[in-house]
Amino acid sequence: MQGLTVIAPGILSLLQDAGRFGQQQIGLTTGGPLDSFAFTVANRLCHNSDNACAIEVSIGGLTLESSVDSVIALTGAKLGLKINGQNKAQWQSHTITAGDKINIGFASEKNSGCRAYLAVAGGFEIAKQFGSQATVSREGIGGLQGGPLQKADLLPCSNHRDLNLLSLSEEQQDNYPDLVELRVILGYQQDHFSSVKQAIFFSSEYTVSDLCDRMGYRLEGPKVNADIEGILSEGICLGAIQVPADGQPIVLMNDRQTIGGYPKIGAVFGPDLAKLAQLSAGGRIKFSAMDINDAHQELLLAKRQLDQLVLEAL
Amino acid sequence: MTATLYPHIEIAGADALIVYLGADTQPEISAEVQRLAQGLQSFQGQEIIDLVPSYASLLINFNPLLCDHLWLRKKIRETLDSSASQQECDSRLVELPSYYSEESGPDLNLLANNAGLSPEEVIALHSEAEYRVYAIGFAPGFAYLGQVDQKIAAPRLATPRKKVPKGAVAIADRQTAVYPAVSPGGWNLIGLCPTPMFDANNEPHMPVAVGDRIRFRPIGREEFFDLGGELPEFEVQS
Repeated sequence: MQGLTVIAPGILSLLQDAGRFGQQQIGLTTGGPLDSFAFTVANRLCHNSDNACAIEVSIGGLTLESSVDSVIALTGAKLGLKINGQNKAQWQSHTITAGDKINIGFASEKNSGCRAYLAVAGGFEIAKQFGSQATVSREGIGGLQGGPLQKADLLPCSNHRDLNLLSLSEEQQDNYPDLVELRVILGYQQDHFSSVKQAIFFSSEYTVSDLCDRMGYRLEGPKVNADIEGILSEGICLGAIQVPADGQPIVLMNDRQTIGGYPKIGAVFGPDLAKLAQLSAGGRIKFSAMDINDAHQELLLAKRQLDQLVLEAL
Repeated sequence: MTATLYPHIEIAGADALIVYLGADTQPEISAEVQRLAQGLQSFQGQEIIDLVPSYASLLINFNPLLCDHLWLRKKIRETLDSSASQQECDSRLVELPSYYSEESGPDLNLLANNAGLSPEEVIALHSEAEYRVYAIGFAPGFAYLGQVDQKIAAPRLATPRKKVPKGAVAIADRQTAVYPAVSPGGWNLIGLCPTPMFDANNEPHMPVAVGDRIRFRPIGREEFFDLGGELPEFEVQS
């Protein structure tokens, strides 16, 4: 078998496709990339479908050695890409040949983000579990063995020669500021959050705590307790904002539990979750309210923009 | 706040609605959740991406490129209206064997003591009742069953175990469950079930589904091993 061999797995590197859908009735969460824009562009730079399996690199430190001739691209957080020790640009595709060493570094400055996506032409060819290759470590499902990449893992992929190299212009790339605005669609138990608490929620600045991972981002800031402590367990959608008894909001991410019993004020607008996921502890957040009909228009617009995204030939 | 009338449709997120069919744990409410989920199943894979039934609510994730919340609200109301007169959905009775003992359920004696019952009485109360699968979540294949007799309801442990073994039959408040895999957990352990509750590699992945009726059948040590059961080491609780 050929592909990319893991020399060093880095802090947290996970195989992800677009996510696992339609399986929540047996308790399986969705998984998938935390920053779906960067993930999608990485795949497109390698001429892949939007659901091809790529690597989500959190924080950095991944080193791979190739036994194939192919094309790769790194998007997302500014972690730095090297091929055989040579610096290479992100958001564009590069040729690799058998024997090449690929290294992803660590962010060297502020406002760099913390999730990068490495795609390879044809995607990583691993079996699907429950219809998806997405790794959810908590469930032990997806990826190679249901967990993060390990040293000496072989990530199978094929030779792909003679592909055009592509790039995404700088204006179209995302930036990763350390203060982000997250739009929120009010919902769920919103009526159990008083108008004063809601005013506090939407006018205060929150900080990302140390407890931030693929399950959820726990925030710190002014308390916004609901007037109830718990509810009968119910389904939790992506981006739902739950507020436990300590009054500190938690934004639930891709690896969230499918049901839970804390009151929720609403949910962060899907496309904004990438901005949150690119923050690490200390990152700052402001919330603003968004109407569901406006959200719908924005989603359609974002889809159309993604479909018309221009990749330039190098 | 004014009293809520059910069913009540609420926004969950930009691409999700949640329908509340009631406010507490009751078989009738759970059956309504199940009826609604089944009624909407034909849209799954198209307009509907995921259906997440729970005790008294149904979360519906929709595809905003194929429909919107107004379309979905209409379909929910139509389904509720058309299923209102229907009879109870097909509800299977699933029997789960359980080896109740101190060696397979380290909290059995303490739970009995606290309840002022003998271990045998706890076993009888737990295995004579018929339960309903109210929800599946927490972990893949973790089915929340309710409700146990008030006499054997027991609060969660003050300090959860780091490792509860696969197959552990457990009680928390008036809920009971079988742990599908090794996981942390704070429920009271009273026995072991040799039937796998979750198998990623074989279909069906679970022996039970939301809405099923469940009964535990007490088995002895020998039958437990015959059915493929294994005795794990339990973490001692202080």
